[in-house]
Amino acid sequence: MSPEPEAIAIAGTAGCGSAASPALEARLEVDVRVAFDGFDLQVEQTVPAAGVTAVFGPSGSGKTTLLRSLLGFEAGSRGRIALNGDVWLDSEAGVAVPPHRRPVGCAFQDGRLFPHLDVEGNLGYADRRSTPAPGVAASITRDDVVDALDLGPLLDRRPGTLSGGERQRAALGRALLSRPRLLLLDEPLSALDRRRKAEIMPYLLALHPRFGIPTLYVSHAVDEVALLADRVLVLAEGRVQAFGGTVPVLEQLDLAPLTERFQAAAVLEARVNAHDDEFRLTWLDLDGQRLSVPRIEHLAVGESARLLVRSRDVSLATARPSPTSIRNVLSGVLVSLQQDESTAFAEATVDLGSHRLRARITRASAAELGLAVGSPVFALLKSVSLDTQAGR
Amino acid sequence: MNLPELGPLWLSLQLAAAATAVLLVLGTPLAWWLSGTRSRIKPVIEAVTALPLVLPPTVLGFYLLLLMSPRSWLGGLWVEVTDTTLTFSFTGLLIASVVYSLPFMVQPLQAAFESLGRGPLEAAASLRASPLDAFLTVAAPLSLRGFLTAAVLTFAHTIGEFGVVLMVGGNIPGKTRVISIAIYEHVETLRYGEAHTLAAGLLLFAFVVLVFVYVFNRRLPVHVA
Repeated sequence: MSPEPEAIAIAGTAGCGSAASPALEARLEVDVRVAFDGFDLQVEQTVPAAGVTAVFGPSGSGKTTLLRSLLGFEAGSRGRIALNGDVWLDSEAGVAVPPHRRPVGCAFQDGRLFPHLDVEGNLGYADRRSTPAPGVAASITRDDVVDALDLGPLLDRRPGTLSGGERQRAALGRALLSRPRLLLLDEPLSALDRRRKAEIMPYLLALHPRFGIPTLYVSHAVDEVALLADRVLVLAEGRVQAFGGTVPVLEQLDLAPLTERFQAAAVLEARVNAHDDEFRLTWLDLDGQRLSVPRIEHLAVGESARLLVRSRDVSLATARPSPTSIRNVLSGVLVSLQQDESTAFAEATVDLGSHRLRARITRASAAELGLAVGSPVFALLKSVSLDTQAGR
Repeated sequence: MNLPELGPLWLSLQLAAAATAVLLVLGTPLAWWLSGTRSRIKPVIEAVTALPLVLPPTVLGFYLLLLMSPRSWLGGLWVEVTDTTLTFSFTGLLIASVVYSLPFMVQPLQAAFESLGRGPLEAAASLRASPLDAFLTVAAPLSLRGFLTAAVLTFAHTIGEFGVVLMVGGNIPGKTRVISIAIYEHVETLRYGEAHTLAAGLLLFAFVVLVFVYVFNRRLPVHVA
């Protein structure tokens, strides 16, 4: 990926998980094994069927196989899958519900819109066949979906004439109109360039708060996971590496090898302290330290904001720097310094109290500064720019 | 120039239309199964389907004749049920044509279905479409070109068959004398004028059909998944 201007991406987390408190048994039980030549997937994890759960891992980790197994497309799946007690797969009992009888909707990576139907026809295809199951999805109407995803102008267009972003919106709409009890999103942004991603992100962020369908979001991009997910299931080489809340899981150090390829980052949760109208800033409180970012319009004072800080956008200093143009300086303690002798770089982890920050610095700098584990350091977060569309 | 009887032409058209209709019904599920199966007997079925392409028509006709003769189980059963013989009848010709033209229906359809990939059908299944529903509403409309090609090839191939017809049907006016047999007979009896008219007519027909197919095929939308 090419360097990106944003050092910090921000999403409001105030609304997450607050839609209709889930019933006690609202959970997805997964205990599946899928094996084909050279690869096997073994996942045993019960996931709350509420909010957004990210399935995160590098390519080839088995994310897509897990998703296909949930959809019923992997005939070789063994084990058990049940949503809220409804069994979809129980190979010991000889139960394998065929794909078209599973109340699960999917927005595929490539959209997979029907090319012989226009967008209206694609939506109608899902609408006519959906059997409103009891639950939040029952109340979804076509007009709701068209409105939420701004599909109005696209209705009479054929998929072949849509841009990548438009196609994904239509595919999301079609999946919603199948009124599923579980919504699977398979890397909906991966086929898009940066600008298109920024176009789709607000729709994705608005999706769960508006419709409340429990969602599995498959992705290999840390920033998407950090912005969208309430919790994360980390997969690598067909095995679950970690499962838990987004912030603690993404802070876990042993994930670094998995995430590095996709830009190591830390996720911080800060509270909105005040808005500054004169300089168009929002002041945030992070464990008693102050941060300022460009004005976040959609969050009120007291609400929490989730920040994603990429390690390459963090510099370290041993003394608080004299005034610079960098506005955000956080003090902490260096808790680890991993040097990779084969490269010029080292990865430092700074403890800020209840959060950890990672910094990618050169090994030469580390040596010149005399950085040692346990010593106090100041982390400088480079220019903070906001994706103004990252939430509404 | 003597005008030939047009009976053989109508008979050929009837036979080709009937064979195409029967093969659409029988060949579509067979092609669909072949395109999706991982069964170990798939190559065997494919080979059987392709046999009429490589066998001399007389060989095929010979075995079909044996199968339909009143002394075989099939021919005998037919006589018992209908009180007529299968050989030297229009029905017998139809059965023979269906066997003979089978690959011309199945192979283009199978190719069309295979080129769909699993994407559209999986999408349909994830939207609660049953397999039959998904076939009728997604696979079939996306395979229109395949259907057109298969139907035209089957029709034209049936019109042009000669060896199998001669073996199974003989040359009975109004019942089994199709156009290719009539041309042959005209040539045998040195009535070149009539042979010319029929032959040229068939040539023109084949050309017009092919032009129609290519024009129509161009107008059909190509669906890029």
